[in-house]
Amino acid sequence: MGRARYVDDIEREGMWHGATVRSNIPRGLVRSIEFDPRINWGEFAVVTAADIPGKNHIQLIFSDQPCLADGSVNHCEEAIVLLAHPSRQRVREALDAVHIEYEPLPTVFTIEESERGDVIVWGTDNVLKSFLLEKGEVDQAWDKAVHVVEGEYRTGAQEHLYIENNGMIAEYSQSEGVTVWGSLQCPYYVHKSLVAVFGLPEDKVRVIQTETGGAFGGKEDFPSILASHAALLAMKSGRPVKMVYDRLEDLAATPKRHPSRIRHRTAVDAAGKLLAMDIEIATDGGAYSTLSSTVLSRATLHSPGPYVCPNVRVRSRAFATNTVPYGAFRGFGAPQAIFAVERHMDEIAAAIAMDPVELRRINFLRDGDTTATEQVMREPVILDKLLDRALEESDYYAKKARFARENSASAIKRGMGIAAFFHGSGFTGSGERYLNSLAGVDVTSEGKARVLVSSTEFGQGTNTVLTQIAAEALGLETTDLVMAPPDTRIVPNSGPTVASRTAMVVGRLIQRASTQLVDTLRDAAELSEVFTRDEFFAACERYRALHGEVVSLCRYEPPPNIFWDDQKYRGEAYPAYAWSVHVAQVAVDTVTYSAEVEEFWAVQEVGRVLNPVLAGGQVEGGVAQGIGYALYEKVLWQNGRMANNQMTNYIMPTAEDVPPIHVYFEEIPFDHGGFGAKGVGELPHDGPAPAILNAIMNATGVGFYSIPLMPEDMLAKLAASHAIEESVSV
Amino acid sequence: MSTLLPAIEFRVNGASQLIHVSPMKRLLDVLREDLQLTGTKEGCGEGECGSCSVRMDGELVNSCMVPVVQAQGACIETVEGLACDAELHPLQKAFLDFGGAQCGICTPGMLMAATQLLAQNPHPSLAEIREGLAGNLCRCTGFIRIFDSVIEAMAANTNHATRQGGDAR
Repeated sequence: MGRARYVDDIEREGMWHGATVRSNIPRGLVRSIEFDPRINWGEFAVVTAADIPGKNHIQLIFSDQPCLADGSVNHCEEAIVLLAHPSRQRVREALDAVHIEYEPLPTVFTIEESERGDVIVWGTDNVLKSFLLEKGEVDQAWDKAVHVVEGEYRTGAQEHLYIENNGMIAEYSQSEGVTVWGSLQCPYYVHKSLVAVFGLPEDKVRVIQTETGGAFGGKEDFPSILASHAALLAMKSGRPVKMVYDRLEDLAATPKRHPSRIRHRTAVDAAGKLLAMDIEIATDGGAYSTLSSTVLSRATLHSPGPYVCPNVRVRSRAFATNTVPYGAFRGFGAPQAIFAVERHMDEIAAAIAMDPVELRRINFLRDGDTTATEQVMREPVILDKLLDRALEESDYYAKKARFARENSASAIKRGMGIAAFFHGSGFTGSGERYLNSLAGVDVTSEGKARVLVSSTEFGQGTNTVLTQIAAEALGLETTDLVMAPPDTRIVPNSGPTVASRTAMVVGRLIQRASTQLVDTLRDAAELSEVFTRDEFFAACERYRALHGEVVSLCRYEPPPNIFWDDQKYRGEAYPAYAWSVHVAQVAVDTVTYSAEVEEFWAVQEVGRVLNPVLAGGQVEGGVAQGIGYALYEKVLWQNGRMANNQMTNYIMPTAEDVPPIHVYFEEIPFDHGGFGAKGVGELPHDGPAPAILNAIMNATGVGFYSIPLMPEDMLAKLAASHAIEESVSV
Repeated sequence: MSTLLPAIEFRVNGASQLIHVSPMKRLLDVLREDLQLTGTKEGCGEGECGSCSVRMDGELVNSCMVPVVQAQGACIETVEGLACDAELHPLQKAFLDFGGAQCGICTPGMLMAATQLLAQNPHPSLAEIREGLAGNLCRCTGFIRIFDSVIEAMAANTNHATRQGGDAR
């Protein structure tokens, strides 16, 4: 049909188009801004930091990122001047007529440069955030160890590559304040930033989500910036202003996944039991802190993997560099941490000549065990079952043995690799308490039951799942339910649509609010114990006549026994965990040095599966992105700028690259999630990279420690090691 | 001023269109801005992602790469032309039922590529489906359910054809 309206499909009467003049140096002082006199600037709206009526910062965690650069820039593509004009083409042409002179300052571009501290670009030490997680006595364990295995693992930046670029339309008037329509995940994040930037009361800012063409975390924090820019131009021009990035600008100027360097030092006993894990995490956060602290927290908490170990120490730091700030991306630090620990498990297995599957199995967390933060596993843990299923479905051992026999006579080397992991559902630690989400249902006078949430749909199935939950709890059909418009004037703040929290946390709120509504109608409007659809809506009308609005809202209540100590970094890190085992079958072509994933198995326990088609789609899509993360997607940096900011040379997996992906769910309903659900959205991105690189080690006998793993990386190491002739058989 | 621009005439979804625009304006922009057919999406602007795929005289083209002058006299089909009255095209129905669409932004282009594929090859193998859709990027689904949807639509077409055959006898 093609009738869904994305932001670029929307026109407003008298609308102008906005564009952004950006820094073309990575760090420096802005000496002058000059406007080419050959342009009639009277036709344009021009905005600089001086036009900001409120605070010149984007409200997030530390609010260190300016809305518009004021006197200095800290990364390439930082926004300095905004322009708007009735013609989209004219405004783009005018960008080149704004000349900015800089006084360059020294830069840092890598974790190592930032860590060295020769040049300080943020705070007093370039450290955006650090954590220390400690359990037991790591330093007492080394002497008792039979083996100590060390490794260093690196992951690169990854671009979300949602197919719809960032876009926003804004209007401004004295009486109504600011209204924005845009492609975004978190309406109330945008709302909070606009309130600060404009210094307006909350009811003078309205944020409406339009159809959103993919997000994956990439539309979590950035839309706050773009909405502010569009709204400033709307205020200055007195017109509605649309800002839609093209692909070049979106790739160059918006956040990506944090690059990481993670070091493991692990003590094991003679049987392979983990005695101590000493982990050091460093992430590259870019020029401003944005979400780096919470990404680092999730990386820290996922870094020991799904294993029980008496002594764990994780020291983690996020470093500032002069690149576009890194941000949220599906998995949020966990894919980096899990890549490291799951590659490291295979390194340990190789070092002690043990089957990597059995090494994992003997160390798995089980019911009643405690994690590195001393969280007791009160909910059932079925990693053994997931592992058995993955081995059986993939025919792991038989294939591994066959490939070992066949590889020596073939230029194509095949191998099998595995990864086991958990992903914490919902906000980390006390996060859900702080969010204090509110959500519910109402029934309109037109007889429509509506779900009231600020949780947004961007392809992952929010609307389907939440209407399904409400329908089930209300005793109605899904066709009786609609989503209230994602508009901050209409829906309450049910929190951001991130962190695999929607089905579990918000779903639970909708379930409670729906049950509460039915109870209210029974008490106050004579709804009988068993009722038909018509009786339900008749009861709603009786209630409305007697008491007014038919609405039921519920606020977040943490599950019992959930306590997190922010100071000691200890306790229930997440209310629930989703668990998974991935198996990858790869083929490495020793002529072209390309690696191909031939088949993939993903087995998971995510609580109750509310909608098998959507849940399966989440897993397949996440695995495909994970394959890209491992083998295809490389951001090339030149002097702090993304050099390959085109789909032509930033390569994601296509229809011809994605292997058959076999998806299996084991279901254990979680009492405190929406009808038993836990999170599923991020989990599948965590496993592919380590499973694939483990399979490549199995195929070639050579370990690789860094992703993306490109053919040139394999060429360098495989050719040098002559390992191809001596392909392994384990 | 627009009358100074050359007249370009072509058919879109069966209806003839006469417009005065710069001959180098992208077909994508003409569809979206001049004809308000916003179902065709821009993803990359350089012919890589396939979101702007339309059929032009029976060929699949990236409308971001086609200056509208090249469409002079052509028959263009866009996603808006797939559904017949209120009834969804079998491909659209299959994409809905089988999870072939998540965020939906690649879907119009993907549907046009799938339409093209089935028009040229009513019974493609899985490998042929993969090849036929390789110019259309989807970041959400991992493609698996898109393949399932195309296979389902192919079966629906076959059943439909068989039924029609039966009626004819």
